[in-house]
Amino acid sequence: MKVTFEINGAEKSVDVEPRTLVVDLIRTKLGMTGTHIGCDTSNCGACTVLLDGRPVKSCTLLAPMLEGRKVTTVEGLAKGGKLDAIQVGFHEEHGLQCGFCTPGMMLVGKALIEANPHPTEDEIRWGISGNICRCTGYMNIVKAIQHAAAANATENTAGVA
Amino acid sequence: MFPAAFDYIAPGALDEVLSLLSQHGDDAKVLAGGQSLIPLLKLRFAAPVIVIDIGRVDGIEGIRRENGHVRIGARTRHRDVERATDLRGTLDVLLDAAPLISDPLIRNMGTVGGSVCHADPAGDWGAVMLAVGAEFVVKSAGGERVLPAAGFFEGPFTTGLHSDEVMTEIRIPVGTGKSGGTYLKLERKVGDFASVATAVHVVLGDDGRIASAGIGLCAVGAHSIKATAAEAALAGQEPTDAAIAEAARLAGEAAEPKADIRGSAEYKRDVARVFVQRGLHTAVDRAQGAAA
Amino acid sequence: MAVDTAEAAEAAEAARQAMGGIGVSLARKEDARFIHGQGHYVDDVVLPGMLHMVIVRSPHAHARIKGIDSSAAMAIPGVIAVVTGELLAQHKLAWMPTLSGDTQAVLATDKVRFQGQEVACVIAETKYIAEDAAALVSVDYEPLQAITTPQQAIAPGAVVIRDEKEGQTDNKIYHWEAGDKDATDAAFARAAKVVSLETFYPRCHPSPLETCGCVADLDPVTGNATIYMTSQAPHAHRTLFAIVAGLPEEKIRIISPDLGGGFGNKVPIYPGYVVATAASLLIGRPVKWIEDRTDNLISTGFARDYYMDGSIAIDENGKFIGLRVNLLSDNGAFFADAQPSKFKAGLFHIVTGSYDIPAAHIVANGAYTNKAPGGVAYRCSFRVTEASYFIERLVENAAVELGQDPVTTRLNNFIQPEAFPYQSASGFEYDSGDYPRAMKVALDMLGYDELRKEQAEKRAKGELMGIGVASFTEVVGAGKGKDYDIAGLRMFDSAELRVHPTGKAILKLGVKSQGQGHETTFAQIVAEELGIPASDVEVREGDTDNTPFGLGTYASRSTPVGGAATAVVARKLRDKGKIIAAHLFEADVADIEFAKGKYNVKGSPDNVKTIQDIAFAAYTNLPEGIEAGLEGVTYYDPPNMTFPFGTYLVVVDIDKGTGQVKVRRVVAVDDCGVRINPMIVEGQIHGGLTEGFGIAFMELITFDDEGNCIGSNFMDYLIPTAWETPRFELGETVTPSPHHPIGAKGVGESATVGSPAAFVNAVIDALSHLGITNIDMPITSDKVWAALRSKGVTE
Repeated sequence: MKVTFEINGAEKSVDVEPRTLVVDLIRTKLGMTGTHIGCDTSNCGACTVLLDGRPVKSCTLLAPMLEGRKVTTVEGLAKGGKLDAIQVGFHEEHGLQCGFCTPGMMLVGKALIEANPHPTEDEIRWGISGNICRCTGYMNIVKAIQHAAAANATENTAGVA
Repeated sequence: MFPAAFDYIAPGALDEVLSLLSQHGDDAKVLAGGQSLIPLLKLRFAAPVIVIDIGRVDGIEGIRRENGHVRIGARTRHRDVERATDLRGTLDVLLDAAPLISDPLIRNMGTVGGSVCHADPAGDWGAVMLAVGAEFVVKSAGGERVLPAAGFFEGPFTTGLHSDEVMTEIRIPVGTGKSGGTYLKLERKVGDFASVATAVHVVLGDDGRIASAGIGLCAVGAHSIKATAAEAALAGQEPTDAAIAEAARLAGEAAEPKADIRGSAEYKRDVARVFVQRGLHTAVDRAQGAAA
Repeated sequence: MAVDTAEAAEAAEAARQAMGGIGVSLARKEDARFIHGQGHYVDDVVLPGMLHMVIVRSPHAHARIKGIDSSAAMAIPGVIAVVTGELLAQHKLAWMPTLSGDTQAVLATDKVRFQGQEVACVIAETKYIAEDAAALVSVDYEPLQAITTPQQAIAPGAVVIRDEKEGQTDNKIYHWEAGDKDATDAAFARAAKVVSLETFYPRCHPSPLETCGCVADLDPVTGNATIYMTSQAPHAHRTLFAIVAGLPEEKIRIISPDLGGGFGNKVPIYPGYVVATAASLLIGRPVKWIEDRTDNLISTGFARDYYMDGSIAIDENGKFIGLRVNLLSDNGAFFADAQPSKFKAGLFHIVTGSYDIPAAHIVANGAYTNKAPGGVAYRCSFRVTEASYFIERLVENAAVELGQDPVTTRLNNFIQPEAFPYQSASGFEYDSGDYPRAMKVALDMLGYDELRKEQAEKRAKGELMGIGVASFTEVVGAGKGKDYDIAGLRMFDSAELRVHPTGKAILKLGVKSQGQGHETTFAQIVAEELGIPASDVEVREGDTDNTPFGLGTYASRSTPVGGAATAVVARKLRDKGKIIAAHLFEADVADIEFAKGKYNVKGSPDNVKTIQDIAFAAYTNLPEGIEAGLEGVTYYDPPNMTFPFGTYLVVVDIDKGTGQVKVRRVVAVDDCGVRINPMIVEGQIHGGLTEGFGIAFMELITFDDEGNCIGSNFMDYLIPTAWETPRFELGETVTPSPHHPIGAKGVGESATVGSPAAFVNAVIDALSHLGITNIDMPITSDKVWAALRSKGVTE
């Protein structure tokens, strides 16, 4: 069946079986491999994308559920060659080691600070509790998200006299 | 890891959904948030012929107050209940349970109605709905039924819903009395199902006595359990430590837990008792602190 | 002339950061691709004509195979082949050698020997079709009795699991001993006190977030085999492939690209790699096999599953005089441990740990069971996790029985700083250490005395609070070739360095990062040694066609061995640079000095030639008789292992009503010698502490009586999220390794080695006054509740 949706700002129309998982649609049909598969029981969050701005597990979505909706993947974070604050935060704070959970973590982090610009550490840890990392022990992921929140705050006040 | 093939349709109107359900019956599965259904499809524990996506149907999402009820559209997402902070003081137990369901990503998609109909014995909403005395509005091509939560949950993944019916709304009666409640969940980690969880909802009369108590137990039986003996023991009582302790003991006895990797039956029963005891204290404190 | 020393210091610091040498917390060079979602993992590889493979696995733990019917599977459009053990047997590929000298079934032929064992492989045009077809492969099994514990396995009359092995009449695999039995017996004979512990380190799993897999591409025309593979040791794997599959070694290229974690899970050779390769050869198209999580947890290299019991002999002064340990290892259905071949219990004999124990005797037995094969994995340093856990738990219990604070018992028995290099009773020569210092730093960071006071006050009110101590010494850096080999391949490692005419460099390594940051840290070694900024040094790993032969990354060996090789080869180039500099300066080589990337003639420090000048000259202006180029390769054979150590302290509070344990604080003081990149070192420790926390409290693979695996998906195998994981407070001491070229020791596994005992000791410390001396991991709330109830304690 045909499914039409927007991904990283561009409209796409694909022909897929209804049973196609969105993560497979993204990785195989669209060839965008930044979204990862880490488990088979919807427990790890490596497949996280933003659906209409909200972080969801793309392994637990069927392709037809994208109809008319907007998807953001890690490939859509940098705009015109400029890194998103969340990407800068992860780099500056050593928030990644193997990089496998990182796309999902960054998208969750970005959505979190957009909804809550000054999160506490507890709020961050709670907010990323659907995303598993095996490498970092989460300490620097928290710092990375705090870094991005602070950068956003600076940018937002920068224009204020 | 991937579902077996199925047909898929996303009707724009409820009537079409109901007509399809009466046509396909058990060959169909209703898709709401998909966070319970899709994992089943992926494991091939469910292999429907047709999946009916109710994502486009109007009028079955949202939370509003009307005529002494809080009405929750069945397709309301868990995350929307989490954010319905104006329920504080009225339905504390819902606000305390919502953030504990699974993890934040699942909550962005999963729905209250979907979870209730899925009826996992360790699903959180079941115990909550029993505690608050909810009613479920279910529709079919043949008409509408209103089913009380008590008795709705019949067994593991088995409810009073017929195969040609879809749930459209959850209705919870809210009086004017002072109420308080809470949800306590023992989970091994975020995202795990409950090992034991308890939902408590208490309404105090003007005389300070317990006008009614609702106690729902999660993950300690073949289905969500309403601790009716414990509730009855509290009705009309002063909310003393002794009354609460006795109710908690009765609630523990109402549990029918099975031993498994999470613990012995004795363990789960005792945690249910401890949680109901703690939960009742919190519920009473909140109700007593509530504005008149 | 007045010198503004603050300004000068600032300038010097800026230069140091810009150079990115040792000690700089340089932001990682490899981050760019990952934060763009452009990491290149095996499942990202797409080749023209590529097919997909799914493995059909046994639902039974032990059963005879009566027949396999693939007809329904083959009838599905898009299915190319169904490979069975019978087909492989025709090519002599149904069985393969393991890294421990045993054999392992590639696809089952006569019997299946664990639930999840590989029985058939479906190869199809898409992975969805392959999975549809796999569901239709019909296997006729005759179930047999399953053996689910090693005790059952070695009991007389037990059904023989490996009945296909000639001469195997029981389920025993090995018997191995270390230490000195007579000296140990003598010590126990004169002991004033003997403290014992029986404990079980349960089966857990490295479970990297990226599962294992490969894309095997055998070109039918050229005979070239390119295998993209999740491999922590691509060169070793390539040589073993050549031997096992009979493929010409020069035709095999293994490319281990970006890996989403390893933790030892990507060291063994799995049946999926072999079948995908064979299938690609037979079909003439690339074949991709990517495990799902269930495949990974149910069949790939698990960790631990080690029964340990032992005693410590203590003299009248509270000094440890002897240690005895008996081990029974559950190795699953095939002995496939990845460990140095001369050691059947890995490096378990480090078990005397941080303590001066003059006599020790270790007896290790291994057994087959109807479970997945493995045992040595998951950041274990070759069984050092088990050893460290055991000694730290035993010392905890010794402290209780001696009526001492566990810190006191340790301080009284630590190997003292002046004793290094220290010959341990079990045969190690510890390179360096200062255990009391690390302990002191940790105690100060925690505020230990205050917390003991708080504990006493809480205890008086019936509240449960515990402080756990663990002072580990571990052993990494395998290793000296004559003692350490994997399947015969000596455990040297390599570095190949070339400096380009424009003064930039490329470093190629025989180790292989799975997230440890080698592209940054190894560039930092070159920066330190040669003065080429780390940003100008490209680091390459993982492709056997363009890296020198090495044994890979596991057991924390990259820095001790690969890092040493890098320093040595850089120094070779530095020294060649002196010859070129002498030529350029028209001076004597003996008069050339070098520091921080600059050469000068002794006595003229301001007249310098930079390493970049020298590099250019290496291609344009050479002295007579000197070859062009500035490049070299070193194969480093370490003279000894290295011995990182530390003290970890954990504070817990226990809910008496539910048995839940809440970790309040974790203080971790590590000494891994010189730290190349402190930020990366801390990241490794955070990760290791989290895995230790998971192991201590929630990670478990277990089996029911029929051999059904519980823990084969993430609903049952529990990995901590950011919410449960405690915050960590890190401290450091630095005691360089005297034999390592840059004084570094390795750190990747220290925290997973040392922390489980700290977490468990904290719980035991909260409960020992009730008479509780052991709770096996994972310490789940129901176990704590049961222990409390057994002593009559309720809320």
